[in-house]
Amino acid sequence: MADHGLEVLAEIPYTPAQADRGYTGRTLYVNVGDGTMVAKPVSDEMRRTFIGGRGFDLWLLWNGVRDDTVWDSVENEIVIASGPCGGTTQYPGSGKSIAATISPLTGVPIDSNAGGHFGPYLKFAGWDAIEVQGIAAREVIVLVDAASGVVQLLAAPDDCPTDTHLLGHWINQTLARCEDDRRLMAFVTAGRGSEHTLMGCLNFSLYDRKRQALRYKQAGRGGIGTVLRHKHIKALVVRTLPFGGKSNHPADLKRIAKIGAEMNREVAKWDPVQNRMRHRGTSYLVQTMDDYDLLPVKNFQYGSHAETPAINGDVWERHYTQNLPDGCWYGCTVACAHAVDNFKLQTGPYAGSCVIVDGPEYETIAGVGSNCGIFDPAAILEINFYCDTYGIDTISFGTSMAFAMECFEAALLTDEITGGLDLAFGNAESALAVLHQMATGTGFGKVLGQGIRGMKTIFVARYGLDRGFLEDIGMEAKGLEYSEYVTKESLAQQGGYGLANKGPQHDEAWLIFMDQVNNQLPTFEDKAEALHYFPMWRTWFGLCGFCKLPWNDVIDPKNAETDEPAKIPYHVANYVEIYNGVTGAEVTADDLIEMSERVYTFQRIFNLRLGHGRREHDAIPYRSMGPVTEAEYASRAERYDRQLVDWLGLEPAAMPVAEKLARHRAYRTGRYERLIDAVYARRGWTDQGVPTLETVRRLGIDYAEVVEIIQRRT
Amino acid sequence: MITVNRRDEVVWREGMTVTDLLATMKYTHAHIIVSIDDVMVPHDAYAETLVADGADVRAIHIQAGG
Repeated sequence: MADHGLEVLAEIPYTPAQADRGYTGRTLYVNVGDGTMVAKPVSDEMRRTFIGGRGFDLWLLWNGVRDDTVWDSVENEIVIASGPCGGTTQYPGSGKSIAATISPLTGVPIDSNAGGHFGPYLKFAGWDAIEVQGIAAREVIVLVDAASGVVQLLAAPDDCPTDTHLLGHWINQTLARCEDDRRLMAFVTAGRGSEHTLMGCLNFSLYDRKRQALRYKQAGRGGIGTVLRHKHIKALVVRTLPFGGKSNHPADLKRIAKIGAEMNREVAKWDPVQNRMRHRGTSYLVQTMDDYDLLPVKNFQYGSHAETPAINGDVWERHYTQNLPDGCWYGCTVACAHAVDNFKLQTGPYAGSCVIVDGPEYETIAGVGSNCGIFDPAAILEINFYCDTYGIDTISFGTSMAFAMECFEAALLTDEITGGLDLAFGNAESALAVLHQMATGTGFGKVLGQGIRGMKTIFVARYGLDRGFLEDIGMEAKGLEYSEYVTKESLAQQGGYGLANKGPQHDEAWLIFMDQVNNQLPTFEDKAEALHYFPMWRTWFGLCGFCKLPWNDVIDPKNAETDEPAKIPYHVANYVEIYNGVTGAEVTADDLIEMSERVYTFQRIFNLRLGHGRREHDAIPYRSMGPVTEAEYASRAERYDRQLVDWLGLEPAAMPVAEKLARHRAYRTGRYERLIDAVYARRGWTDQGVPTLETVRRLGIDYAEVVEIIQRRT
Repeated sequence: MITVNRRDEVVWREGMTVTDLLATMKYTHAHIIVSIDDVMVPHDAYAETLVADGADVRAIHIQAGG
């Protein structure tokens, strides 16, 4: 591919290694600052301890940064890997990429996963991971070209766009010579919004052969797109070799094909009568969450709304183009990655253009929709598209906008502060105006782009607002905005968010039904056990390159007859089979948990190394525990009054609301602290949240620097 | 009175089926496993299965989020 005509700043030749039992055995290091490119071997120790995916990301990042590295340090890295099972086509949901960096929002490692083709293509191009360091002096593109056997650092010319939907088209025009090239290329981009905010996301491309068009899945969380643009990287591009169902070279193809065929039959039988993921993707969750008072409405004040039917799964099923194979990786029969075609934009620089909008998925609908009081599907689609092409995380945008809207409605933010924008809940026009400002780093968009933690600091310092109230209603922890579930009545999920290493993202644990509805976790010890098992189980998907959705969004009812149906034991058994079938190992379900525990504990120590990761960093806003305002109390007064009777033996009839709120706060915050104690004990951490030496020795990660950090931070 | 999930109490009425009980609880989720006094009820029998007064009902939602 030397005929692309772009200036080559640096390059190395290489011979693509074939994957063998899920691994190519080497990772690619690229320094965009000085042009250094190196192939690094994957040692047996690295493979045994960190498995792949998120584990490889964290290990490479750990070795690339220093104790004082922050997100914009020259040595900060972006690492992307799939995992040993990534690229499997016989089992649904086996094509995930996991990205990691030191986050601009949290100051600690963030890991975020996405569909799309990049991770598996990278492996089929000969690399288990790509590790990018340095800051380029000019705009660059990293091209991994397996067909030509070369890795190139290319100068991006002045006419190379930044917003993803234009940049993708440009890449296709410039680097792909034919339809085959387009099919064999995948890339990672961000957008102009990533340049001016701390909540930049990564877009992972996939070439949709049916549509003959590019589509994108997002690794949204934690500002990795911000880091990409800070490094002046327009795109990471891989052009892989022709591949097929055997390209991962599993140890026992028949073994995984058998399990995959069974699972595909299960999907075909049960998805149509369960969640209808093949028709409506994760949007099915909108109505369910509303029904159970879990859908965030108006900055998590409420859990349901009369207008929810306007944005529920029925509506999105009509909007999404149907009868297309909407998988984000080959062979995925769940096929939940839907899109709306020919959507005509009404605002912003691309007004009048007809575009493909990828999604919206549940988190986006709830985040930029109900949580902002917006129940207009067209507005949600418009915000979704612009967030993606600008490279802005829809979850952080939605949760931050909801916070600003509540501040505005509480008369804490004036028109002067917002630049004349009316930020009342439901004002989609203003939300879009702020979003467009975020793309250029202007107006109130520049403020909102700092995220909730940044906004709180600005609002207190510049405008003298009450920090206590902002802390109560600002839905962030560790600096990361909450994803979109109301947790007030689920103590376990409060911990699921607050105790997550990366910040409050539900991909570590989602325990609301088990806890709040099913009452399966009545004691602190029960909750702590769940907050051990499920975060470890879900971490394992990220180690191996799996999507979580086929695990428990399509379920054969026979799981109900098992001792622990919430774990979906038959599917756990599937994953054991696939892992063993790919790698040739013979591990058990318990071994999978220990793999994750090793990496998860290491990530906690990584946080400690960077000056975080202690008990005070696991604090959560009171809005996630209980009602903050009198209006919030009034909306569920019967429930809250009954709790005062049942929990505290009080007689609420004679109590002023302010006292009721205070009683709830004291009780609920006390329970959260007790939960932390129980979880730390279960995880083998001290009461300050530091993994003990005994724990790291048991897990085999008692490296000298790990021991030194523990001793220093204990 | 019927006990649901070892916590919530629902007033029993004559002829109450599992489907009626789930509706009373506003349990709309598509994937709920129901047992009555520790005996599993097949999903396709919810509409016909009667719930007795005093029954101990478990209605387990098999879902762990997005």
